[in-house]
Amino acid sequence: MIDWLLLLSNAAQEIISPTTAAYALAALGLAIHFGFTGLLNFGQAGFMALGAYGFAIATLTFGLPVWGAILFGIAASIVFALILGVPTLRLRADYLAIVTIAAAEILRLLLTTNQFEPVTGSANGLQGYKGGFAALNPIPDGQYGFGPWVYNAYDWWVRLFGWTLVVLAALITWRLMKSPWGRVIKGIREDEDAVRALGKNVYFYKMQSLVIGGVFGSLAGMIFILPRAVVPSNYQTSLTFFIYAILLLGGAATVLGPIVGSVIFWVLLSFFSGFVARAVEAGWLPFMSSVQAGQLRFILVGAAIMLIVIYRPQGIFGNKKELAFVK
Amino acid sequence: MANAASRPRARRAPRVIAGLFASALAALSLSMASPAMADEVALDEYDFRIFGIVELADEPIEDVRLVITGNGYEVDVETDAEGRWAVGVPEKGDYDVTLDEDTLPEGIAVIDEEDETPNVREVTVGQSGSTVANFFIGQGERNTTSYLDQVLDRIFNGLNFGLLLALAAIGLSLIFGTTGLSNFAHAELVTFGGLMTLLFGVFLDVPIWLAIPIALVLSAGFGWLNDAALWKPLRKKGVGLIPLMIVSIGLSLAVRYVFQYFIGGGTSQLPGATGSGGSIGFFGLTWIDVGSMALSVVVLVGVAYFLLRTRIGKATRAVSDNPALAAASGIDVDRVIRIVWVMSGALAGLSGILWAYFRPGVSWDMGFQILLLTFAAVTLGGLGTAFGALVGSLVVGMFVEVSTLWIPSDMKYVGALVILIIVLLIRPQGILGRKERIG
Amino acid sequence: MSSSVGAQGAPIKSTGLHIGEPAPGVKKVDPIIVADGITRQFGGLMAVDVEHLEIPRGAITALIGPNGAGKTTLFNLLTGFDKPDSGTWTFDGESISGVPAFRVARKGQVRTFQLTKALGLLTVLDNMKLGAKGQSGESLSRAVFPWFWKKEEEAIEARAMELLARFKLDAKKDDYAASLSGGQRKLLEMARALMSEPTLVMLDEPMAGVNPALTQSLLDHILNLKIEGMTVLFVEHDMHMVRHIADWVVVMAEGKVVAEGDPHEVMANPAVIDAYLGSHHDQDLGDLDTAVVEAIKELADDDADDKQ
Ligand SMILES: Nc1ncnc2c1ncn2[C@@H]1O[C@H](COP(=O)(O)OP(=O)(O)OP(=O)(O)O)[C@@H](O)[C@H]1O
Ligand SMILES: [Mg+2]
Repeated sequence: MIDWLLLLSNAAQEIISPTTAAYALAALGLAIHFGFTGLLNFGQAGFMALGAYGFAIATLTFGLPVWGAILFGIAASIVFALILGVPTLRLRADYLAIVTIAAAEILRLLLTTNQFEPVTGSANGLQGYKGGFAALNPIPDGQYGFGPWVYNAYDWWVRLFGWTLVVLAALITWRLMKSPWGRVIKGIREDEDAVRALGKNVYFYKMQSLVIGGVFGSLAGMIFILPRAVVPSNYQTSLTFFIYAILLLGGAATVLGPIVGSVIFWVLLSFFSGFVARAVEAGWLPFMSSVQAGQLRFILVGAAIMLIVIYRPQGIFGNKKELAFVK
Repeated sequence: MANAASRPRARRAPRVIAGLFASALAALSLSMASPAMADEVALDEYDFRIFGIVELADEPIEDVRLVITGNGYEVDVETDAEGRWAVGVPEKGDYDVTLDEDTLPEGIAVIDEEDETPNVREVTVGQSGSTVANFFIGQGERNTTSYLDQVLDRIFNGLNFGLLLALAAIGLSLIFGTTGLSNFAHAELVTFGGLMTLLFGVFLDVPIWLAIPIALVLSAGFGWLNDAALWKPLRKKGVGLIPLMIVSIGLSLAVRYVFQYFIGGGTSQLPGATGSGGSIGFFGLTWIDVGSMALSVVVLVGVAYFLLRTRIGKATRAVSDNPALAAASGIDVDRVIRIVWVMSGALAGLSGILWAYFRPGVSWDMGFQILLLTFAAVTLGGLGTAFGALVGSLVVGMFVEVSTLWIPSDMKYVGALVILIIVLLIRPQGILGRKERIG
Repeated sequence: MSSSVGAQGAPIKSTGLHIGEPAPGVKKVDPIIVADGITRQFGGLMAVDVEHLEIPRGAITALIGPNGAGKTTLFNLLTGFDKPDSGTWTFDGESISGVPAFRVARKGQVRTFQLTKALGLLTVLDNMKLGAKGQSGESLSRAVFPWFWKKEEEAIEARAMELLARFKLDAKKDDYAASLSGGQRKLLEMARALMSEPTLVMLDEPMAGVNPALTQSLLDHILNLKIEGMTVLFVEHDMHMVRHIADWVVVMAEGKVVAEGDPHEVMANPAVIDAYLGSHHDQDLGDLDTAVVEAIKELADDDADDKQ
């Protein structure tokens, strides 16, 4: 029999899980790139990898303290954004897509190769970088919480840290997009030549946007590795596609959309995967193995991306009025 | 691994690596773990680890058994699709890593003239808590062949790879030219060709000379279906180009995992793909390599003839150039696009079959593995120009293969992607492309 | 508008702009743009090949010529949107060859596009505000702190509303620009360009697609720009408009300037008629020729009207 309570409680845990926070923050960065500026960044996984590896390597190899490691990860993503942006931001939008996706893959291959094993841990990745972060935990040891949300002090600390970052990033994004700066950014999304003709340095604005969204991605990468290890295979192109799914679900040109999109995405995915896995165990789906059940989620995400783009391009939170003009 | 003993032979049936997937599934509840993780044993149990990679002539080999012994502990492990393995060990100290030569492909052994038992490595787990034991089989032999031979060998490989890449790239480029779509799901057209050959040639035991044409016809049909069921309705609906591109990403993800749903995460071989495929005694080329190159060239010449000489081919180029003008001058744009899709499906399918012989092996994500290189080729040549795609593919294929003379083979794609970025810097419109008009 | 209209209802023309006989490349008394040896090739096609051209300050200059004459390409080159194969040019006495488009715009040379570029998913008001120059809130470091730019924003909004009212778009200020009609978008693009308080306004076919009912008000707007001290350079196929408001006409054909002068004299110039008819002799573009013949007939009619 299926334990519905367990399924629901597992799904409910996703609401505040650090993974949800990490995806929300990465999607927010992508919202700045794609939703507001119109930059087709398909390398968000690369920015996340830089945050994750930047933090871990700075801690393990250079022995930096937590704040230094965070700054190191941010700096790495800024450099990456500049390397991507300088050659491509003058070119047509689809070139950026190809270059970012390629650059993120290059990064992943470099992190996976055996050549840099002592620093990157190659395919096995890195662990043992959490000590400094755990030491900063202000919450006394013990179990806290109620209902499905009962965690130890470290787990709460990770959640607190992650969601604080998300809220701060959302506030900054919201302020930015309400400002004249945001107006230029949105103008560039609509037609960059028109904005150029009005005397704005389009290239410079795009670069700023790429850097800000990239820094959000790198912070997301740091949140992502606090509850787990750093493993290079987590940073494949499909990670970027999942973040796109979240962004499109919530609404690409909104501030709340990516966050709520991430919550909905993870709750539904957890519930769905849990349900199918249990249903297979219970013999309800005789034609399916448990391995196949695991693949269903990817099929579902792919189909969801298609359906949202076709039938609700403005997302859940997007402006209804926009719908008529979204092309 | 639970199923290690009952491992079926690769040629006969698709393997479902249940154990690997069960562990991957557990990881999935938290993260998007990749299905291609290193095959790991007892990593969580112990703090210390030994890991490495097994490669044969620069290509990873799967399912090679390794036994790790020392300090009163023994464990065995098998390599994954990327040739990787990792085990946890209980304490620091010396261990022996023994490669089980019976699990290597037939006729292959670990050879090292200075070592009597080259398949055994002694390693020490020291301060760092981990150590590496890699087996790069075939390297010792390769050093005895002359540098020139190596270069020529790589050049032929690069040519072969570039040609099969071109088959996929031309379709991608024609679709982009005629519809403006950057089709990320093109990779699945490539995989489809390999899969259908596997289905007919191996599972249904149709002779391979018949299985391949069947697969090609089905691939063409799959291309047609893509257009008829999805892209044509979306075109009619007036969906913009960037949303279309994102739809293609969703499609790619969905279809790729549908493939995995049916054939699992393993690799299966087509008839004649491995073993003594018939070396022709010339720079390590096999008859399959020669046949593959010849077939590619014939098909590419055919495509060129089609584009340059036939009416519909000329119409295709006209639509690529300027769809509105072409439509105004009486060309049936929809028909041209349909033909382009059918042709691209068949070309991508053929590319997939040749790719399955080149890698070698058919797997659910084989097309996705070369998608970026295909895009790189198309972009290099200039988006939307068929001949540019050909030139771009040859450059990429050659570069990927020849660069392995200097850089480690697990980084060979890095070079090609770096070249892409550099070319865009110097010549954004690609090698054969044209600049856009403003205003 | 009354101030721009002479006693008989025709606008007052600026005269005495040139020095010497009007011919291609003739010197101007007070040029705002001076261009030398500009060429631009596309493949084998010489799209622009201008030896010398001066645009008079404080006047309305029309740039005319058959389709494909190179007018838009010349616009793109002068505004930094495209790079020439050779040539130099100055704006207000300062060399701006090779200067990027946004810098050219900041110097006060602002353009519109033949294919209107309204920013669809921005409101009409936001479109306008975007046009204002030197906004401190557009710098990233200040953007998050509204108190730095609130005052400025209010001033910009007031100016935008004033301009919108003049262009009869004030009722639409909160609508998405995408919801405007084609003609309204042309108006919006022009109004937006004016938000930057330019010294030279370059309009690429401001009338194309504009409903005849709006034409008159658009003409008035352009005449007003001159009264306010701006220089106008515009591309137009509508010959009525050209002769109605232009003080000076430059005719291009096959990339070259083939004639220049006062609108009346230019229209009578055989080189111009040749340019319009000649350029299509070797092309098979169907009904284009009749369109050109129409245009020339219109000119002849206009001249006849004037003589009466
Ligand atoms: N980016 C480009 N690539 C290739 N050819 C171009 C490009 N831009 C313009 N041309 C060609 O240059 C010539 C001049 O074009 P241009 O747009 O300047 O003409 P125009 O005078 O503005 O015409 P119209 O009155 O129709 O707007 C045309 O033959 C055109 O085809
Ligand atoms: Mg033009």
